[in-house]
Amino acid sequence: MKTADADEFVAVRLGRAALLRSLVGLCAALTWASACLAEPVEIKIGYLHGVPSKIRLSLMDVPAGNDGLAGAQLVIEDDNTTGRFTNQRFTLIESQIREGDDIAATIGVLADGGVSFVVADTDAESLLKAADAGRARGVVLINAGATDERLREEDCRANVVHVAPTRSMLADGLAQYLVWKKWRRWLLVTGSHETDKLFAFALRHSATRFGAKIVEEREFPDTGGARRTDSGIVEIQRQMPVFTQGAPDYDVLVAADESEVFAGYLPYRTWDARPVAGSAGLIPTTWDAAFDQWGAVQLQSRFARASHRFMTPLDMQAWTATRLVGEAATRTNSGDPDRLFAFIKSPDFSLAAFKGQKLTLRDWNLQLRQPILLFDGRNTVSVSPQEGFLHQFSELDTLGLDRPETKCKLN
Amino acid sequence: MSIVGRIAVLSFSFAAVAMETNPAAAYLAYVSNEKGNSVSVVDTDKMEMVATIKTGQRPRGIEVSRDGKFVYVALGDDDTIQIFDTETRNNVGELPSGPDPEQFTIDPAGKRLYVANENDAAVTVIDMATRAAVAQVAVGVEPEGMSVSPDSRILVCTSETTSMAHFIDTKSHAVLDSVLLGSRPRFSTFKADGSELWVTSEVGGALAIIDPTTHKIKQTVTFAVPGLRAEAIQPVGINITRDGKLGFIDLGPANRVAVVDGLTHVVLKYLLVGQRVWHGAFTPDEKYLVVANGVSNDVSVIDVARQQVIKSIQVGELPWGVAFGPN
Repeated sequence: MKTADADEFVAVRLGRAALLRSLVGLCAALTWASACLAEPVEIKIGYLHGVPSKIRLSLMDVPAGNDGLAGAQLVIEDDNTTGRFTNQRFTLIESQIREGDDIAATIGVLADGGVSFVVADTDAESLLKAADAGRARGVVLINAGATDERLREEDCRANVVHVAPTRSMLADGLAQYLVWKKWRRWLLVTGSHETDKLFAFALRHSATRFGAKIVEEREFPDTGGARRTDSGIVEIQRQMPVFTQGAPDYDVLVAADESEVFAGYLPYRTWDARPVAGSAGLIPTTWDAAFDQWGAVQLQSRFARASHRFMTPLDMQAWTATRLVGEAATRTNSGDPDRLFAFIKSPDFSLAAFKGQKLTLRDWNLQLRQPILLFDGRNTVSVSPQEGFLHQFSELDTLGLDRPETKCKLN
Repeated sequence: MSIVGRIAVLSFSFAAVAMETNPAAAYLAYVSNEKGNSVSVVDTDKMEMVATIKTGQRPRGIEVSRDGKFVYVALGDDDTIQIFDTETRNNVGELPSGPDPEQFTIDPAGKRLYVANENDAAVTVIDMATRAAVAQVAVGVEPEGMSVSPDSRILVCTSETTSMAHFIDTKSHAVLDSVLLGSRPRFSTFKADGSELWVTSEVGGALAIIDPTTHKIKQTVTFAVPGLRAEAIQPVGINITRDGKLGFIDLGPANRVAVVDGLTHVVLKYLLVGQRVWHGAFTPDEKYLVVANGVSNDVSVIDVARQQVIKSIQVGELPWGVAFGPN
């Protein structure tokens, strides 16, 4: 039943003239209606990703092999459902880069294959290489993974759209809630890796921005010890209280540990009975498997049905990045990459992504404005921006570096 | 408000006053409670909840049969539509809705029921007499709003992620046309005379007025409530009076119902209701409009002629939609 119907719909196109509409009956009578119409417009989207680290403190957080990719694949399915009505066909072309691979060559291969939009989940350095290689070939990168501020600031590129939030957006989303909660005195604990320090920098910026006070900072050095051993729990249980002992009076411990070295071990083990936030405890993020507001249940269940697992923040970021292209193709009724990118950058562009409001792009650095979810590991605790954090243009611009602060010059 | 609008509203209030002289029959509103797994029965004479019917899981879409004998409730988590006898309030059967039914509509003739299968990008067509599914139509991603033209010939289904209204021939089940709308089109309804189709876009924040013959959007109505950020205004449910002169648009988290002039489509007024107002229904005499407020767990009763909220009545958890029988 369904297949037969689907064939009929191939004949039906958005906004067609009455003349064509009268042909529909005729087309429906044929067994394969596509004979009545031109071939659908092909829109090929690349998916570029590295080899992700699987090191996590909790087994529950170890990413699946298709983390991110599954989100992009789901949206291709959705876009093709819509494509039946717009005579467009979407395909996803996956491309993995390994250490030492020539990224420019990879982009070249994708471009040769007719790809103009590449969703990327890579580190900052690889993304810049891909962007610079793509520029010559008219390829637009959509950053779904890298949270680095510099990609939207001094290293911004005119052919890179950012769907992943920045560290400052995440930190601001968390800080607004902590300030709303009147947990203004923070003990900031930072890991010793570069990315940990970048997140700590963002957290300090948020504290200043929203009036929180960092009463003390401590570094948790990565001494290379085993993360999981048979006696691990015993060790950690002794180590963490001692590490957090003797701090000045504080309301909340804020941890910056993107490297997964220690933050997950802090909750319930601090010397003082204090909540933990940041890289563990209350975590700022773009998505969680418990999120059920604003129609999210629909996406969660469609994702679970397709991938047989929960949807992660990276899945959602890849979903949103890929959806961006589909939305532009539907709205412009076109597959022309220049038209699509021009529309994406125009003030008319917006995206519905189950966040309770439309998401738009910051025109000064092509960063997607978005609410930040606060997840406690089991439930969504809150969604920032918090009430009362006002902005003259969009309250979403209370999250992350704002226009007056930007170092980005798009050209 | 235009002069014509004023006159229209004035004459409408006179009509309502005239109606008030007749003692109204006890109208019963059936309110689906999405998280309460129940239907609250509200008496609009007594202005109170008089009964609670236990349902299956996640009841959302709700309708009363044309003869008033049955209440139909779509159960999203049980993949079925339950049928309740309005006399005994007992469950008397089910309809094969297909998976994850949300909104559904019964055609004016009372013969066919059309239900959106949100997770399957499909619409299931059910024959009311045999209680059997007779067809399934493939539509856009996340189909939601369902309405049938007054002549029963055209079914309109909105798909939220595809952002289209699909016009479906109810005889051949072919999709005749698809109209691109603002983001997340939620709900659609025809004017009683079939002259206009109104469709709300939740994330787009607008109401589209569509000509049902040309399928063209002839006007887009936007909303602005002083002191509220634009993102909080998310139009969902629509109720239009039978004479087509007034439309009521439920604005979701804006906690307001907008009153729209049915002829000029100018927003006349915003009525403050409960939190996250979702869908509503008129009493059969159109004296009142009852709207479901999801977050505050109550319904607001709006006096249609006076365009005033006159009462809040507590119902079950997360009320979603409201339906009245014919009398």
